[in-house]
Amino acid sequence: MARAFTPKVITANDLLEGDVIYFTAQDTWTRHMSEAELITDEAVAPLRLLEAEKQNIKIVGAYLADAKAGPNGPEPTHFREEFRRTGPSNYFHGKQEAQANV
Amino acid sequence: MYKYNEFDEAFLAERNAQFRAQVERRIDGSLTEEEFRPLRLMNGVYLQLHAYMLRVAIPYGTLNPDQMRALALLAEKWDRGYGHFTTRQNIQYNWPKLRDLPDMLDALGEVGLHAIQTSGNTIRNTTADHFAGAAAEEVTDPRPYAELIRQWSTDHPEFQFLGRKFKIAITGSNTDRAVIKAHDVGLQVVEQDGQIGFKVIVGGGLGRTPMIGKTLREFLPQADLLPYLESVLTVYNVLGRRDNKYKARIKITVSENGIDTYRAMTEEAFLTIRGQYDGTDQQLLEEIKAHFTAPEFRSGSTEAFDTAYENDPVFRAWADTNLDQHRAEGHAIATISIKAHGATPGDASAEQIRVMADLAEQYGYGELRISHQQNVILPHVHKSDLPAIHAKLKEHGLATANLGLISDIIACPGMDYCNLATARSIPVAQEIATRFDELKLEHDIGHLQIKISGCINACGHHHVGHIGILGLDRAGVENYQITLGGDASENAAIGTRTGPGFAYDEIVPAVERIVDTYLAVRESAEETFIETYRRVGMDPFKAALYPEAAKKVA
Repeated sequence: MARAFTPKVITANDLLEGDVIYFTAQDTWTRHMSEAELITDEAVAPLRLLEAEKQNIKIVGAYLADAKAGPNGPEPTHFREEFRRTGPSNYFHGKQEAQANV
Repeated sequence: MYKYNEFDEAFLAERNAQFRAQVERRIDGSLTEEEFRPLRLMNGVYLQLHAYMLRVAIPYGTLNPDQMRALALLAEKWDRGYGHFTTRQNIQYNWPKLRDLPDMLDALGEVGLHAIQTSGNTIRNTTADHFAGAAAEEVTDPRPYAELIRQWSTDHPEFQFLGRKFKIAITGSNTDRAVIKAHDVGLQVVEQDGQIGFKVIVGGGLGRTPMIGKTLREFLPQADLLPYLESVLTVYNVLGRRDNKYKARIKITVSENGIDTYRAMTEEAFLTIRGQYDGTDQQLLEEIKAHFTAPEFRSGSTEAFDTAYENDPVFRAWADTNLDQHRAEGHAIATISIKAHGATPGDASAEQIRVMADLAEQYGYGELRISHQQNVILPHVHKSDLPAIHAKLKEHGLATANLGLISDIIACPGMDYCNLATARSIPVAQEIATRFDELKLEHDIGHLQIKISGCINACGHHHVGHIGILGLDRAGVENYQITLGGDASENAAIGTRTGPGFAYDEIVPAVERIVDTYLAVRESAEETFIETYRRVGMDPFKAALYPEAAKKVA
């Protein structure tokens, strides 16, 4: 039996700010992983990535990252994506800081 | 210290203007990321996990106070108020914005600094002994040669698209503080029959295939430096593999073809290339040397030092660990630890950077050094000024007396910042330093180098740490492998793996067990960790790390 498809989000870095962004179901970009589109259909994933890459003029390096559904939207399954979503562990910089200031 | 001439200034200004235009063209869509990427990398601009990163070269680790202040300015004006000194005598800024980068480079250009060739498959920043020009046992100051290499290699058309990056390190001492045997090319200034020349070492490197460099030439006359280096590079450019990124470094080229073949090909190329040099490089070298004339070291009583040393135990502890012998009478080399217990190795705040610049200006003959060990050095200090220096350092969290001790850890940025990392290294360093500070064992343990890398590329030099730690991703979880017995000195050695790795929450206790074992089996307090390891070997440490395995054998 084929292995079950792990759901994905599309993530990239913003061209000007350099920070982590996620692709939404509305073909826009968000700073919050929880607002990203969770892609559960393996056949749809590469098509959505192509759609995201149409915006390469303002983003860098879009890719499909493993994710899972959480109570407040998509969540990371791997620690690398957890760090990208949160920020570094030695200073309260990056996304964790931005979210604290909301 | 080298001062830019009109040519240097014009070159850098033009280069920065080109980059500014490239950034604009990326933003307006004229350049794709694929086209822009190599251009930004050639100017030190990476895109990391959370943001862009700017890597600025500190050529041969030398800075004047104005340059140091410019580094503080960048941190404050365009970054998050700090900079990160790296293991290759660079400083990195972790949070710049794309539009600000050209302004940052212009600000650096004003003080004669740049980020050229701090990335890409080019000849990188030539690193040097951080005690160059000050060490008591030095043959001669190697920095003029490093500056000559910088000028020759910058924008050298033949070496802009090498098979892989290329790193050169140079020292003028027998005591190797520049890890020359772990570089693509290592140069040691030596004297033979009254002539200055170089011992040339090639094919060293860490990364996924660690190797100790081999001697290519026992003695290269100093006048032949550039044509010989050009020959080494030319052979590498032709012979080096381009089919596999992981086999592309010169260490693989040398190891696959053999040092004798590599030497023969280099010598053959050298016959042609040497003829192309008409002596202009030697004239330039003489001009450069004039910039590196040693300061006029003052004389005077060192009584203030002696008094403080006798009466102030905090000062005495600092002096015992952080000072080294200077070549001039009454002087010392003072290393400023930017590794307060629990701090991020290599990070300094804008305020701390300014304080160190001011101290260099007031007391240090206007010179600062950055070491690959991620500390800052005042290379020339009259001993009578040390109590005042120490007092100022204390006010700014810069007086930690831990040089060469267990908390003086080298660590790469790891997965807290780096796109290539497979695990974190900074928090591991922070926790080890904090733990041994709590135990109050640091000074009893003595000289012990821990080096931590967050991936196999080994920016944290873990292979040559007395205790090396390598962070990996094992099935989606951080896992840390330990090596013992590595050595970054003139007795360079690659460490040996202890066995299976440790989870994130097991790594600090594992280090503690290694240290406890050392304390239990050392012959005396004078026998250092590495000496003990060489005497007793891996077994007692293995037994302490893997008690379950030991039980099974028994």
